[in-house]
Parts: sequence; structure tokens; C-alpha cells
Amino acid sequence: MSVAMRPERNLAATGRRRRVWSLVKKEVRQVIRDPSSIAIGIVLPVVLILLFGYGMSLDVTNVPVAVVLEDPSPASTELAASFQLSRYFDARTTTSIRHAEELMLARKVDGIIRIRPDFSRRLSRGDAEVQVLVHGIDANRARIIEGYVQGAVGVWAMRLSAQGEQVLTGPVRVQNRMWFNEANESRYFLVPGLIVLVMTLIGALLTSLVVAREWERGTIEALFVTPIRPGEILLGKTIPYFALGMIGFVLCVLSAKFLFHVPLRGSLLVLTGVSMLYLLVALALGLLISSALKSQFVASQITLLVTFLPAVMLSGFLFDLRSLPAAVQLVTFLLPARYYVTLLQTIFLVGDVWAVIVPNAAVLAAMMTVLLWLARRATRKQLA
Amino acid sequence: MSDALLRIIALTRKELLAVLKDPRTRLSIILPPILQCLIYGYVATYDLNDVAYAVLDKDRSAVSRELLAGLDGSGVFRRVAELNRPSDIHRMIDEQRALLVIQIEQDFARRLISGAPADIQIIADGRNSNTAGIAIGYVNTIVESFNARWRADHQQGDPPIRLTTRAWYNPNLETRWHMIPALIGMLTLLETILLTGLSVARELEQGTFDQLLVTPFRPAEIMVGKAVPPILVGVLQATLVVLVAQLWFQIPFAGSFVTLYVALTVFLLAASGIGLLLSSVAATMQQAMLYSFLLIMPFALLSGFTTPISSMPELLQYFTLINPLRYAIEMAHRVYLEGAGLHLLWPQLWPLTIIAAVTLSGASWMFRHRLV
Repeated sequence: MSVAMRPERNLAATGRRRRVWSLVKKEVRQVIRDPSSIAIGIVLPVVLILLFGYGMSLDVTNVPVAVVLEDPSPASTELAASFQLSRYFDARTTTSIRHAEELMLARKVDGIIRIRPDFSRRLSRGDAEVQVLVHGIDANRARIIEGYVQGAVGVWAMRLSAQGEQVLTGPVRVQNRMWFNEANESRYFLVPGLIVLVMTLIGALLTSLVVAREWERGTIEALFVTPIRPGEILLGKTIPYFALGMIGFVLCVLSAKFLFHVPLRGSLLVLTGVSMLYLLVALALGLLISSALKSQFVASQITLLVTFLPAVMLSGFLFDLRSLPAAVQLVTFLLPARYYVTLLQTIFLVGDVWAVIVPNAAVLAAMMTVLLWLARRATRKQLA
Repeated sequence: MSDALLRIIALTRKELLAVLKDPRTRLSIILPPILQCLIYGYVATYDLNDVAYAVLDKDRSAVSRELLAGLDGSGVFRRVAELNRPSDIHRMIDEQRALLVIQIEQDFARRLISGAPADIQIIADGRNSNTAGIAIGYVNTIVESFNARWRADHQQGDPPIRLTTRAWYNPNLETRWHMIPALIGMLTLLETILLTGLSVARELEQGTFDQLLVTPFRPAEIMVGKAVPPILVGVLQATLVVLVAQLWFQIPFAGSFVTLYVALTVFLLAASGIGLLLSSVAATMQQAMLYSFLLIMPFALLSGFTTPISSMPELLQYFTLINPLRYAIEMAHRVYLEGAGLHLLWPQLWPLTIIAAVTLSGASWMFRHRLV
């Protein structure tokens, strides 16, 4: 009996392999022949890598400021000069506040540092004031500029005290060290974050169109009359995009390492493993949305809303999650991107910290299982 | 002339119906702007309000406790652990149990009381160096106020120089005020390019474009008919954003609505020109959608929305000059927060007008040469 079963089972297995393989072949051809898939799969990652690596930077240098020098004394001239010498500022000196305000209105400068006429007189009394006006629309940048001005005035005051004046800083002084990113380069967290975006785009956006397109064009009916089984459809649709996603992943890791010199302190094996997990989660989500909605426009909108937007905003990639309102924080626990960002930042910048890797990878694995199961259920050979 | 107008109105109506007849499409036009407004309004801020920190206090004096009490009382810092050994620091930071570890040396109180400066050390988790930098800044502020109290109590006098800061247009430096007006440009760009691109691609894919070509429509009329509905949808979405900003977040509107809508219309013209140009190269809806996405990403990233334009390398700063979104976001900020009138928006309006003219005439050339 068992001897008789075996060839049959083998036959079934080869039949399945043949069916899945032909669907994969068809999808791959469709991807290769459609320039837009290549554009999203290969061109977009490259564009994003270049933009994130070179274009985006939260590091603020050469801030254009106007120094209004209303007091011609040596002390205030020296203070004005220290702004000119600082690499953080691109300072131009003027003597009229009106001129400086005009510059700020035209956004030629982002801040005004005003040294008033009575500056040196009040300094000798120990009660001098430096007025700072910042253009507040970009609040983050405004705050950074404020900090820089404080730093520059502090340095100047320290020099003054070294010349025998009163001690200005302290008594408690703060020394700080930033672990994992000593030089404080925003590239170090932007480039790993970029991998999340690329994997999300390839994984979810491309696949969200795949099944919906067959529904819209009516080719899904042609697929239904073939001997292929629903699970095999799912497999055939997943394999090519998984490969495309991994190509994007390799591109990102190579450029992170060799183009932008972001350190990879953990192991490549773990990085690849968790990335495959996340990619499968994204693929399953895309396929699920696609087979549930059956319309390319709606599916792409929903996919952007539930995968791409959260990957940017709610993953901890840019904004600190612990500072979110409690309700939003709860939502972030449902988002796969959150776990992947934590994993990427840790594996790239810290190393293989198993206390971080194991729980986060476990959540991703659980999500993958549930989503693949749901996608399998949503793929039925049934019209309407 | 009036015939042309009638034809354009008829086509516009048909296009609007095509967009609005499907309830799910209707929802996907209205819901995302509102949701995104709320998400950006609440999430997109670099302000921190919950910083987990651990302390390694080797001094354990009344003075060091007073300094730490300043942190605990700030409402921002939350002490998660008291460490006993320096070797514990690694575990706290590596496993992300604390964002900061504050280390106070043994001689802290002694030095202070003897009048010498004393150091405290902060070790920060630099995985997100931006967040870490902000948290360090907060500690600095708290230490500064401790210093001022200490100097006052010990007759050391105030420092002879102090800084007073005032921020224009956004007195409390709220990130939200920056983000939400910018969304007016961001969301409408996406939708206008996408809808314009799709409306042509849909007809191509379903084969109805050929039918349109045998009607008395001239190519220019088809173009206008295809461009107007997405612009109307864009205006609707912008209105939704403004409503959320006004009614929910109550961001003060300094300018005039007429100025805002005039500026918006010029911007949307440019956006629909890009969408039409795009649709003339896309053969299917999928292509139209993916191409528009490919285009919108650089537009969004190089618009000054997430990172300042002046921090970009020079070459990319030149690219931002042809980025319509850059001008839209500048205008939204200027009208919304600075209260700029139309005459002050000229530096943004003329580049947009050029972009609109180039893309629209380019699209009409493509239409004539490819389709007719």
C-alpha cells in the first residue's frame, strides 16, 4: 500500500512544483518586461539610498545668521567675531536691526543675534544680555540654532573668564558621551531606517497591486480554470517579489557599508535573517490587501496608509516612540516596522544583543505566520 | 468657444463621476488626509516627554540627590534603575532599558561645597542620535537651573551674561505648526499627480481612450478635462487639512484664505501638469501609479518637509529649485504662519508658474504626437 502511494505523492509534488514554477516564471517575466516594476524594485532603492545618504541630514551647520552689532566696544566686537569664526554659523555682521529683520523676513538668515548699545557697560556691571531672534517655523532647527548660540556665547565667556574675569559656567558641568554614534552623525540612523522604507515599498506596495490587477483585468478567472491551487497561487506570487526585495536589501546594505560607512557591528547573518522575516511580513500584508480589495487604486492607497506611512512615522525611525500619546503607542505595537527598526538600529550600531533581537524577531515571526495564514485564506478560487 | 466649454464641462463631469462613484475611492480620498493630519499632528514632533534614565550615583549625597530630584520632578525623566557598578551601564543601554545613564562621581558634593566645579557624566544611547541629543539638551537645562539655584544660595552671583531668545511666528517652537501647514502641499501633490496619471491610464487600459479620440474633443480639451477634476479633489483635500488644523489643533491662521487658495491653485496646476506628463509615458494603471510614486519620493524628501533644505549638499539644493513641493510648503508656511500676502509670494509663484507652463505644454505635445 505504502509502496503504491509513493510514486503518486511524488507525482503530486512535481505537479505542484511545475505549477508554482510556471506562475513564478510568468510573474518574473511580467516584472522584467514592465519597466515600472523595475523602477520600484531597483531604481527607487538606489534613488532612496542616494537621497538618504547624501541629501537628508539633520545635522545643522553653516546656519545663516545676522549679528547686529550696536555696541562698538572691544568686548562686543570680539563676541561678534566668535560667531564669524564658528563653523556652525555663516554670520554676517550689520549695525542695524532693521536691516537684519529684513534679511530674516526674506529668509536670507535664520536667526538674529543682537548685541545692544549698552552691552559692554552692562557686562562690566555683570548684567549683560544678548538677544536672540530665531525664525521659528522649523521648530526643530530653531531649537538647534538656539543651542549653538548658547554654545558660542559660552565659549566666548569662558575665554573671558580665563583672562581673569568671573567664572561663568557651573558649578555643575555636564559631560556627555553618545554611545554607538560618537560623532553624532544623523546618517547612522537614517541609512538603517532607509532599509525599512525600501523593504516596505517593494514588499507591500508592489504586491498590493499584483492580485488586484488580475481581478481588474479579469485574468484571475483564467487563472482559476487552471489546475493551480490557491496556496500555489500565493507561493507563485510571493517568490518573485521576495527575490526583488532581497536585491533591494543587498543594494542597501552594500551602500550603507561602502558608500556611507555606517558600521555594521552585528553579524550579517542575523541581519539577513530578520530582514527576510520582515520582507515576508510585508509581502503577506500586500497580498492580503490586494486579494481583499481587488482594486489597484484603493489597494495602493490602503497599503500606503497601513505600511509606508507607519514605517516612516510610527516605527521609531525618526521620532521617539516613548514620547507618543499612549493611544498611538498602543497602535505602534501592531506595526511590524516598529520591530524591524529596533532590530536594524541594534544590529547595525550596537551588535548582536540577543536580549533585543530575540523578542523582536519572535514578534515578526508570529506576525508573518498570522498574515500568511490570512493571505492564504483570502486567496480562494471563487468569484465575488 | 462655448462648444469647447461645454465639452470640457461634460468631460470634467464624467471624470468626477469616475472618481466619486465608487464609495471606496471616495473614502480613500477623504480619509487619508484626515488620518495623516492627526498622525503628523501628534507624532511628528522631536519633543520628548518620556525619557527613561538610570543613575549611577557613587556620591549618594544630599546634593546629588537634589540634582536628580530636579530630573525626576521635570515630568519628562523617568528613573528606571539605580546602578551600583559601572559595568551595569552597558546592559542598560545595549538592551534599550534606558536612553540615558547619569553617572555622578564620589567627590561630587565635596567639590561643590569647596567651591570647585564638579562634573556629571551622561551616557546616551546614540542609536537615534537625534533623540539622544535632545535628551542631553534637556539634562543641560535642568542642570543649568540647579546651578542658578546653587549660585544664589552660595552667594556666587549670577553669570554676567545671559541669553534671551524669542522665536518668530512660532513662539513656543511647536513642531506641529511646521508639519501641518506643510501637509497641504504634501497630500495634494500626491493625490493630484496620482489621479491625473490614473485617469488617462485607466482609459488606455480599458480601451476607452480610442473612443474619446473619435469624439469632437480636441487634445487640449481632453487635457483640460483630465486636469480639472484632480485639481478640484486637491482643493477639497487642502480644505480638509485646513479644517483639521483650525478646528482640531487650533493653529492660528495668520494670512488670508484667498491668498492661500490662489497659491494652491497655481501649485495644483503644476502638479496636474506633472501628472499628465507622467500619464503620457505610462501604458497601464500600475505603471502610472508606480511612476508617480517614484517621482513623489524625491519631491517629498527634498522639499524641506522632513529635513531642512539648507542642510543638503549644494547639488541637491539646486534640484529643489525645480521641486514644486518646495515652493508649496514655503507658501503654506508663509501664508499660514507669517501672514504673507500675495505680493510677498512672488518668489514662490513664478517658479511654479514656469513649472506648470512647461509640464502642461510638454504634456499637450506628447498627447498630440503619441495619441492623435
